[in-house]
Amino acid sequence: MKGKSEGRTSGRGAWIGRVVPAFLAPVLALAALWAGFALIKEGWISGGFAAAFAAVWGVVGAALLYFVANWSVERLGPKVRAKALPFVFVGPALLVMAWYLAAPTVRTLALSFFDASSRGFAGLDNYAYVFTDRTMRIAFLNNLAWLVFGTGFSVLSGLAIAIMADRSRFERVAKSLVFLPMAISFVGAGVIWRFVYAYRPEGDAQVGLLNALVTAAGGAPVNWIVERPWNTLFLIVIFVWLQTGFAMVVLSAAIKGVPGELLEAARIDGASELRVVRSVLIPSILPSIVTVATTTLLLTLKVFDIVYAMTNGLYGTEVLASQQYKQMFKFLHYGRGSAIAIIILVAVTPMIWYNLRQFNKREAFS
Amino acid sequence: MSRVDERSPLPGADFEEAAAVSRLRRVSVRKVTGRLVLNAVLALVCAAWTLPTVGLLVTSFRDPDMVSRSGWWSAARDPKGLSLDNYRTVLAGQDWSYVDASGETVRLRGENMLGAFGNSLAVTIPSVLIPILVAAFAAYGFAWLKFPGRKMLFVGIVALLAVPLQIALIPILRDYQKAGLNGSFLGVWLAHTGFGLPLATYLFYNYISTLPRSILESAFIDGASHYTCFTRLILPLAMPALASFAIFQFLWVWNDLLVALVFLSGAGRTMEVLTQRLLALAGSRGQDWHLLTAGAFVSMLLPLAVFFGLQKHFVRGLLAGSVKG
Repeated sequence: MKGKSEGRTSGRGAWIGRVVPAFLAPVLALAALWAGFALIKEGWISGGFAAAFAAVWGVVGAALLYFVANWSVERLGPKVRAKALPFVFVGPALLVMAWYLAAPTVRTLALSFFDASSRGFAGLDNYAYVFTDRTMRIAFLNNLAWLVFGTGFSVLSGLAIAIMADRSRFERVAKSLVFLPMAISFVGAGVIWRFVYAYRPEGDAQVGLLNALVTAAGGAPVNWIVERPWNTLFLIVIFVWLQTGFAMVVLSAAIKGVPGELLEAARIDGASELRVVRSVLIPSILPSIVTVATTTLLLTLKVFDIVYAMTNGLYGTEVLASQQYKQMFKFLHYGRGSAIAIIILVAVTPMIWYNLRQFNKREAFS
Repeated sequence: MSRVDERSPLPGADFEEAAAVSRLRRVSVRKVTGRLVLNAVLALVCAAWTLPTVGLLVTSFRDPDMVSRSGWWSAARDPKGLSLDNYRTVLAGQDWSYVDASGETVRLRGENMLGAFGNSLAVTIPSVLIPILVAAFAAYGFAWLKFPGRKMLFVGIVALLAVPLQIALIPILRDYQKAGLNGSFLGVWLAHTGFGLPLATYLFYNYISTLPRSILESAFIDGASHYTCFTRLILPLAMPALASFAIFQFLWVWNDLLVALVFLSGAGRTMEVLTQRLLALAGSRGQDWHLLTAGAFVSMLLPLAVFFGLQKHFVRGLLAGSVKG
C-alpha cells in the first residue's frame, strides 16, 4: 500500500490512524447489528414493540452498513478507493443474489442426487420416483392444466375485457373492478372462493353463490372442490380471477398505443368491428400478448398458495410446487423435494434464455 | 360476412342516393345496438368479477347464525343482523359464545388477527425497504462505475430474473437452521431481499442509466464523491422507479404465503403473518364463515388501500415490467 499519493508525509502514525479505523469500523458496525439481532432473537424485547424495533433496526442497519463501508473506503487513499468503491456499491447485492439464487441452483441440483437426509448418494432414484409415482403423475397433469387453462383463460379474458373497456362508456370503473383482485393474496382469494363454492347437502339452504344458482335453476348442489377432475379447473378459475387484471392492464396500454388511423382505415374499408379487432388490432399488439402470456405461464408453473389453501392437494388437485412443499415438510425428503425444484427450474429455462436474448438484442449495456 | 359490395356506390342517380341513406341508417342502428350489447356484456363481466368480493364483505358483517342459514344476498332482508361483532372477535380473539340451532351454548376462542397484523408489518416494511436500498446502490454501481466483469455480472442478474424461488428453499432452510436464522425476522427479510433483488436491480438500472450523465459530471466538479452523488442526487431522481417497485414488493411480500411458511414456521405461532393466520382459521374452523370472512377482509385492508391510493404508480410499474420470476 505505497500508492497513497497524498501530499502529507506524516509517516506511519498517520497511515495507521487512517487505515486501522477503516477496518475497525465495519467490524464494529457488524457487531452492533448482530447484537441487536440477538436481543430480539433471545426474546429480550417482545410483543408489538419487538416487531417495531426489529423493523427499524433492519432498515437502519442496512443503511448503516453502506455508510460505514463507504466511509472506510474513503479513508484508504485514492488508488485503493477507485478499485474498492464499485464493490461497496454492487458487492452486497451480488453477495445476496449469489447466496439466495445463484448458489442454490447448484446446491439443489446436488441435493437432488442424494437421499432423504442428504447423507447417502441416491443416483437418479429421486428422479425415478418423481417420474413414476402416481401422485406425481397427477401433479404433472394438473400443472399442465394450470399452464394451459390458467394462462389461456387469463390472457383471453384480459384481452376481451381490455378491448371491450376501450370501447365502453365506463372504461375506468370497469378496469378498476377487474384489476382489484390483483391486490388480494392467493390465501384471501381462497377464502373468497371457498365461499362461492360452498356446498350444503341437498335440501339445506345453499349459502354458496354457485350452488344457490344451480339449485335455483332446479339442479342438485355440487361439491365443486371434491369433484374430480373438474375441481382443478375450479381452482384455476380463482387464478384467472386474480390474474386477468394483469393481462388486461398491460394489453389495454398496448391497445392505446395502436394508432387510431390504422383502425379507422380498416373501418372505412368496410371491415366489421369484429374484423377490425381480429385482423388489425390483435396483430399489432401481439408482442404484448406474448409478454403477458409468458409472464402468466411462469406464475402457473409455480402455483402453490391456491392449492395449499383450498385443498392442501387433496382430491387429486396436487401440483408440482405443493408436492415439493410436502416432500420438504411432511415427508422430510430433501432429495425428492430438490428433484421437483429442479424440474420447475428446467421448465422455466426457456424464459431465462429468452430474457438473456432480449437483453443482448437491446445492447443497452455499454 | 363481407360487406365489400356496400362500399362501391355508383355516382349519380337518386335511387343510388336513397339507397346510400338507408344503408347509412341501417349501419348506425347496428352500431348503436352493438354498442349497447358491448356495454351490457362488460357490465355483466364486471358484476361477476366483483360479486365474490362483495359476498365476502357482506358476510363479514352478518350475524354468525344468519350466515349458516341463508346466503349473503338475503342480508338486505334483515339489516339488524349486521354488526361489527365479527371484526371485534377476530381482532381481539376474545372468548365468545352463542346459542346454536339446537339450543346449546357454544363457546369459541377467536383467532387474534391483531398480532398477525403487526407481524405482517414487521416482515413487510424491511422486506420492501432493504431490497430497494441494496438494489439502488447496485444499479448505480452498474450504471456509473467501472470495474472488471461488470457486463458479465449484469448478464448473470438478467439470467436470475426468471429463476423460481422454489430452487432456493431447501438450501437456504439448511443454512438458516445452522445459523439460527430460522424463524427470525432477519431471515425472512433477507430471503425476500434475495428473491426481489434481480428484478429491483434490473428495473433501477434501466432507470438510472438513462439519467443524463451531465448531472453527475457537474456534481463531481463540485467535489462530490460517488456516495454523496448517489444519496443526494440519484436517489431522489430515481424515486418514480423506486416507488413502482415498492408497491409491487409490498403486495408481493404482504400476500406471500410460501416464504413465510418455510422460514417463519420455525418460531411457532407467535410470529405468524396474516396469510398464515388466515389459513389456520380456514383449516381449524373452516365452517365459521363469519370469522373467516372478517379475517380475510382484515388481511386485505392494507393492500386494497395501497391499491386504490397508488393505482397509477402500480400500473406504471406493471408496464415497466415489474413482474417477478
